Amino acid sequence: MNIATLLNALPGAVAQGLIWGIMAIGVYITFKILDIADLTVDGTMCTGGAVFIMLTLHGMGMVPALLCAFGAGLLAGLATGLLHTFCGIPAILAGILTQLALYSVNLRILGGSNQAINVDKYPLLVSLRYLQDVIKGTRSVLQYPILVVAIFVALIVMLLYWFFGTELGCSLRATGANSNMARAQGINTSFGKVLGLMLSNGLVALCSALLAQYNGFADVNMGRGSIVIGLAAVIIGDVLFSKLFRNFALQLVGVAIGAIIYYIVYQVVMWLGLKTDDMKLITAVIVAVFLAIPYWKGKYFSKPVKRGAVKNA
Amino acid sequence: MLEINHVYKTFNTGTVNEKVALSDLSLTLNDGDFVTVIGGNGAGKSTMLNAVAGVFSIDEGRIQIDGQDVTHLPEHKRARYIGRVFQDPMMGTAASMGIEENLALALRRGQSRSLRWGITNTERARYREQLKMLDLGLEDRLTSKVGLLSGGQRQALTLLMATLKKPKLLLLDEHTAALDPKTAEKVLALSDKIVAENSLTTMMVTHNMRDAIAHGNRLVMLYDGRVVIDVAGEEKKKLTVEKLLTQFGQVSGSTEADDKLLL
Repeated sequence: MNIATLLNALPGAVAQGLIWGIMAIGVYITFKILDIADLTVDGTMCTGGAVFIMLTLHGMGMVPALLCAFGAGLLAGLATGLLHTFCGIPAILAGILTQLALYSVNLRILGGSNQAINVDKYPLLVSLRYLQDVIKGTRSVLQYPILVVAIFVALIVMLLYWFFGTELGCSLRATGANSNMARAQGINTSFGKVLGLMLSNGLVALCSALLAQYNGFADVNMGRGSIVIGLAAVIIGDVLFSKLFRNFALQLVGVAIGAIIYYIVYQVVMWLGLKTDDMKLITAVIVAVFLAIPYWKGKYFSKPVKRGAVKNA
Repeated sequence: MLEINHVYKTFNTGTVNEKVALSDLSLTLNDGDFVTVIGGNGAGKSTMLNAVAGVFSIDEGRIQIDGQDVTHLPEHKRARYIGRVFQDPMMGTAASMGIEENLALALRRGQSRSLRWGITNTERARYREQLKMLDLGLEDRLTSKVGLLSGGQRQALTLLMATLKKPKLLLLDEHTAALDPKTAEKVLALSDKIVAENSLTTMMVTHNMRDAIAHGNRLVMLYDGRVVIDVAGEEKKKLTVEKLLTQFGQVSGSTEADDKLLL
């Protein structure tokens, strides 16, 4: 139990948390804005990395490979969206179906259950290795993973802030907030749901591509349970920052910070002597508790509402 | 303006819950008509409005708005022609969005949603002016979340949203039923004012016969999914609740209808 071991592990936790933050922002779009729990992401969380690694191994450049990973995520979201809206399948089940299908797709893309990429042979954007390289001085500070991913997150937050302020983005928010009202105001709610699911899965795939680089491999199981980690980040961000961050962009930043906090807690728990294998259980418990708290609050600790207040219309 | 031609609608066909909601319903609204719609529970009032709005597809018949056949148009496309206010105050507005954001969504009813800004500064000035007209002090709370408003405030806002972009047809579905009497009166007066100022073709469902007689230029009563009474102009002005009930007794051939209607 050496505190130095923990401190040494922290930069890695922050970098990994930031990468997962992109995924969590994707989950935020479906879970918070569209009010859909989208389980597709467990599959997409591998698809993006698989596509990126295979394309890079076949000689494609960084930017097009990242764009292709993003595109693969869009397609996964499209599949779930069409299953949900066009085929009338409940959103959760539609997500599970796509997730299941993606397992086979991911195996096909990877040509096996996993695929490594050699950090020495390919110029990657982020890598676990770069953390030490920068400290040792063999690599420029500009390639420090935390910095690179932070810029990524900032760009994504700015783009989303712009998008959800546009007419189209507002119609998406209305779809999630009150679909009856949205349709009455001429908004095609089916289109909104499909678009939101696509956007969300695109971001998740992008996160997956970064994570695969960071770890140096893509594995068919790398996405298992990721929806819960994404939810954990969204909920931590919401609980800690909802009073502080009213602005939409800041809320997204809060979600990314939520993911970082999750990974710091993860490191601390490791340091305390638990195994990686226990983490899924701990994550599930954390998410369950945080989801239950607002419900308990409303049920057992609600303050009586003054009736007169409602009548003063 | 609106033509409903021989429309039929049955819910849960082939099950024990089968319910014939509309049966050979025909009704034509002229330009500028303000029609109040009454009828007992299950007479098909709300079903008629929802059929016009496109909430569900009808089994048979045809619906035209301003000469356009909208029978097979989905709900969001019909919204181009129709402004709606619902019975449930929660249904017409997005609680988690601001007042101005709700209005901005309504201003773009019937337009394609592009990547332009969802709300502009020139609009805000207009919203402030329109909200002032409601006389509820909402003009100073443009960015407040709608979820913080009372039921009456939300209904008034929904009414404004339904008419912000002038609709060809305004559908009010018992929009004061969930409000306390004083607020209901206020919202009803506001409806009258907005309809008159914009000379909107309007259908207003109400379960209050007095309101139905006091408002609009035409009154329609539904029974078993079709129109049984349709009075307009001078004849409507002379209507009383008693007359209406007698008339209904003659049409439906029953007296038990009295309490069914008044309930």
